[in-house]
Amino acid sequence: MEKPNSWIAHVEAFVDSARASNQQAASVDAIAVLVHEDLLTLEGLVREMEQYLTASDHVIRARGILLLSEVLSRLLEKPLDSRTVSSLVEFFTSKLEDWQALRGALIGCLALLKRTKKFGMVESNDAKSLAESFLRNVQVQSLAVRDRKLCFEVIQRLLDVYPQAVVELGDDLVYGICEAIDEEKDPRCLMLTFSLVGTLGRLFPDPSGPMGNFSSDVFDILSRYFPIYFTHSKGDGLDITRDDLSKALMDAFSSSPLFEPFVIPLLLEKLSSSLPSAKLDSLKYLNSCLRHYEADKVVKHSQVIWSNLKDVIFNLSPHRSSLSTYGSNGDMDSEVNQIADEALNCLQTAISHLNFPDQDSFLCLIIDDEDIGTRFWSVTSIKKYSGTSTEIHCQLSALGSILSIASKVSIYCCTKVFQKFFSCLMDILGVSGKHPSKLCVTDHNTCSDGLNFGALYLSMELLTSCRELTLSSKEFSPEVISEPRSSFYVLKNISRELCDALGSILETPESEEHVYCAVKGLQVLATFPEIYSPVSEATYEDILVMLMSIIARRSKETYLWELSLKALVQIGLWIENAHDSAKATSYNKLVIQRIVSMLQSNDSTISLSLKLVAISEISSIGLYLLRIVQAFEEAIVSNLRACFEGNLKSSDVLVPLLQCYSNQVLPRCHTCGNFNDIAVQVAVSIWNQIENVAVFRSSILMKDVLDQVMMTMKHLVAGCTEESQFLILQKAYGSLPKTFFIAEPLPCALSQLEGLQCIQDTTLMSCRDEWIFSLFGSVVIALRPQTPLVNVKILLNLFVVLLLKGNMLAAQALASMVNKWPADVNKSEISYSLDQAIEEILKSCLWTSESSSNFIDRDSCFHKNVVLGLAWIGKGLLMRGHEKLKEIAMLLLKCLVAGKYVDITPFQQHENGKDAGQDASSPLATFAADAFHVFLSDSEDCLNKKFHATIRPLYKQRFFSSMLPILLSSIKESDPSSKKVVLYRAFGHVISDTPLAAVVGEAKKIVPTLADALAMLSLDILNKDLIYSLLLVVSGILMDNNGKAIVLENVHTIISLLIKLISYPHLMIVRETAIQCLVAISALPYARIYPYRPQVLRAVSTALDDRKRVVRQEAVRCRQAW
Amino acid sequence: MVVGLLNANPIVYKKKERRARNVPTVIDEYAVEPIDEQEIFDYIRDIKDPEHPYSLEELKVVTEDSIEANDKQSYVRVTFTPTIEHCSMATLIGLCLRVKLMRSLPSRYKVDIRVAPGRHATEAEVNKQLNDKERVAAALENPNLLELVDSCLESTYA
Repeated sequence: MEKPNSWIAHVEAFVDSARASNQQAASVDAIAVLVHEDLLTLEGLVREMEQYLTASDHVIRARGILLLSEVLSRLLEKPLDSRTVSSLVEFFTSKLEDWQALRGALIGCLALLKRTKKFGMVESNDAKSLAESFLRNVQVQSLAVRDRKLCFEVIQRLLDVYPQAVVELGDDLVYGICEAIDEEKDPRCLMLTFSLVGTLGRLFPDPSGPMGNFSSDVFDILSRYFPIYFTHSKGDGLDITRDDLSKALMDAFSSSPLFEPFVIPLLLEKLSSSLPSAKLDSLKYLNSCLRHYEADKVVKHSQVIWSNLKDVIFNLSPHRSSLSTYGSNGDMDSEVNQIADEALNCLQTAISHLNFPDQDSFLCLIIDDEDIGTRFWSVTSIKKYSGTSTEIHCQLSALGSILSIASKVSIYCCTKVFQKFFSCLMDILGVSGKHPSKLCVTDHNTCSDGLNFGALYLSMELLTSCRELTLSSKEFSPEVISEPRSSFYVLKNISRELCDALGSILETPESEEHVYCAVKGLQVLATFPEIYSPVSEATYEDILVMLMSIIARRSKETYLWELSLKALVQIGLWIENAHDSAKATSYNKLVIQRIVSMLQSNDSTISLSLKLVAISEISSIGLYLLRIVQAFEEAIVSNLRACFEGNLKSSDVLVPLLQCYSNQVLPRCHTCGNFNDIAVQVAVSIWNQIENVAVFRSSILMKDVLDQVMMTMKHLVAGCTEESQFLILQKAYGSLPKTFFIAEPLPCALSQLEGLQCIQDTTLMSCRDEWIFSLFGSVVIALRPQTPLVNVKILLNLFVVLLLKGNMLAAQALASMVNKWPADVNKSEISYSLDQAIEEILKSCLWTSESSSNFIDRDSCFHKNVVLGLAWIGKGLLMRGHEKLKEIAMLLLKCLVAGKYVDITPFQQHENGKDAGQDASSPLATFAADAFHVFLSDSEDCLNKKFHATIRPLYKQRFFSSMLPILLSSIKESDPSSKKVVLYRAFGHVISDTPLAAVVGEAKKIVPTLADALAMLSLDILNKDLIYSLLLVVSGILMDNNGKAIVLENVHTIISLLIKLISYPHLMIVRETAIQCLVAISALPYARIYPYRPQVLRAVSTALDDRKRVVRQEAVRCRQAW
Repeated sequence: MVVGLLNANPIVYKKKERRARNVPTVIDEYAVEPIDEQEIFDYIRDIKDPEHPYSLEELKVVTEDSIEANDKQSYVRVTFTPTIEHCSMATLIGLCLRVKLMRSLPSRYKVDIRVAPGRHATEAEVNKQLNDKERVAAALENPNLLELVDSCLESTYA
């Protein structure tokens, strides 16, 4: 009590109800801090506050008590001695009588009750007297929501922490709580009351105790809430959903078996309600109650429960009539399906909990139900699936799910169900274990009058659930199998015949449903766990052979084929999971070998694409992946050789083969771990093939094959570690033709280059060289940055020369090299810094382009190569954020501006048509403009994450902001409109390829130029894609708040531009987007856009008659918007 | 004037799924997609009934079969079925249909709107009223009526 005045001021501030609420909160905090830091003792506080706490004015008294309690609730972690706590409890307990100050008293009680033992908690006899006082004095339902909630929290706390103390109160307590929770309506409080009841149920389990006496009253209160009817919307801030409430009520219901006589009749009554949500809720509650109540209590209801559940299941079974939803959950979310699922869950709980082997169990109810029997017979008399009504089919699926649920519960249940139904089913299907000799006859019979679908379906359901049972049951006893009455024994005896029957169904399939069931059955039979397995080794092999022969011979029957493939994959995966070596061998022998031999042979019964589908599916089984990869390798290599020898047919094979290999199979190798070895092996053997062939027989390049081989090579190399990459690189390097090194090992002798250029003009590269260089390029592209390169100088040279010859891949390889160039030269063996290398490259390229300015027209193709090469190299540099990029960019810009061979105006170009437009304007400038597209676009072929490019974050944005001013100023300066076209083109590429957010930021500078660019570019049909991407930029700006203001400044130009684009004839999406932009503009301030209204409406009404429907619909919307 | 609902409890039918058009995989930029029945139905199906919060489709006032369109001759005929025979809202529904189509179709189109034969007490009168240019124009001059029509059409621009 150093500074008594300071804190008394706080007290006064709080007690004065005129002060602002945040001020009051601050003063509570201040006092709490003082007490916490021992600057003020609680006793002192109480003593000083005496005048407030006992004031006769109830407002002041209430505020005083509230202050004390608020301070206490902030001091939960402050150690207090038991005397203080006890006197405080006494005080607050006595204040519960004082209804005017009740709120403070409740908060105080709650704060004290929340204290933990460590810091000094309330004694249990104090708690008891608190509870007594509470029950005597507090009329909960007459209070406001806030206070009611506090009350419930106090009770909950008492029940949770002082169960012994409050239990002694007995009847009074239960009665008091009943009174308190009666007619509660607020969801927040309801959550608490429900859990209160739950706790009560646990505290008083004795049927003759207080809960027993009041259980009907308590339930009476609770049952009014069922089923929960909750209409609050989400945004009410309460953070409680209907599901929360429903869950809480469910816990309350199932908390005490004492409720059982009331709950179950209520639930069963509500189950017949027409409201789906009530149905669903009652099923959920029933499920939970069955779980929590003791079985002998519920068992007397079992007859009623069963008949109700049966009704629900049979009436609401999901429609599985259409094939698409067969087996897969089509639209399983609908309420009806939820109800059906919940009913089945409930059934399962009932069977497993109400299971007494000696007396009538729930299961017997089901099995012996006559109704089930009649349904069983009616359903199994279906001959054909297609002719029957959906009603019967629903019955079938309902019956199937009931039986499968029942047999899934335990081995005992499974045996019972099998005894009752399975043998009947087998008889209907014509399969009987006893007379194997008559098999052929019966088989024949069944086939001729159409196999019974109902029986087939049900037996598959039973088989599946039997298998699931073996998976879930942990304990295994051999006598289960050997016991002659058990389901496994029955299955074992019959499996051989069953397999044959299923096989014969597949021979002459009647309908897709039959096929589905039969394949499923085979799959289930083959995937039983080893110890339970009903099928013998021979039968197992027969199943595999059956499925394989379908794969090999019956690819025309798509559905059957796909299902069989899936089944095979599942069987394989099962082997892998179960580590079943015996089965693995037969699988390997029968499936893998055959599949592999299919890949090698050229039989025409099954198309290549299907073969590839099959094999790539099978390769998902990790066990056999290696074998399949080998097969692929062999096939690739042999086909490649055939290709080189001029066999055009194998090139047709090779492309899909490689596609499948690199897209499906290789990624799987990654997960298996031994990717490196595989990749190195394949890559090396591809190189070997090329080395072995001196000259290609065929003179055609086989471009598609080369592309695919390159792609595969990239994938192979990209996935390897540095060491393996180095191996491949060396191999590849060794395969490069020696002549090339002899010809130009020296760094850039200009004359030689000149000479070389002349040579390549006259003599084409041989096909083989083209292959070798392209493949070598792909290897280089996919290298990791850390992989050391060999003979960098020579490589650089080689690629520059190739680039000048027009090999795009060389440019990309060069770009990758530049991109991944080690930053620290000293560490690596490369004696050559990046700067030097770029100088070198530029020198060779620049030289040509400088000299080229003298004879542009003579050699435009050559320049195209240079410019595109520069673009790629620039991209490599840009991505790593290198300085030299500026030089390249400026060079390209110079090309843009310097094109002087342009006399034809764009209007004439347009009239001249496509070809003239392209060739007559300076091609060099156009290529340079397109180079900007290369800079900023993402490429699939190289310089991306997959191929380990060095990518500096935000490189596009950086480039954009550095290039923009330059481009804008040069656009302003350039005079002839034709020159402007290319500049606009470059500008367009830059802004459409930069991320939109960056562009929108600069909208102010861009928008006018953008509009001009669009107007200019729309004159040439070749720019249509560019126009579309620019329009997207416009719409992006329109979506932005900042951008809207800028559009508004230029609204005149933009609107007239968009109106023009509405009739853009070449691309529908341009028209559509233009109209959408106009819709967006209509949201701009009315006064500014009003003048354009007639103009826009006129333009849009012509769009109403557009060729394309989408445009018309947009136009209708736009017209309405304006 | 307080008037009870004319048809207090109409039968509400289920909405049909919007049929997805089978878009050809290779899009021909210059191919013409003529205006057809389905397109017109898509325009008018969501018009709200003047007295119920249901769409005309849900009340089966219009169906796709009741529309006849000919793009070449620029002609559309919509036949609608009022929910009850003496429904005085029939003219209003017709007016909504007309305004909607007027705003959605190119100006070359001639739109003909009729009550289904035998489904309304004053069929001839309503037909005449709906297809009289002058009277439609006059009706749209009336601000109250226009407001009513616009409120019915609002849901079609979603």
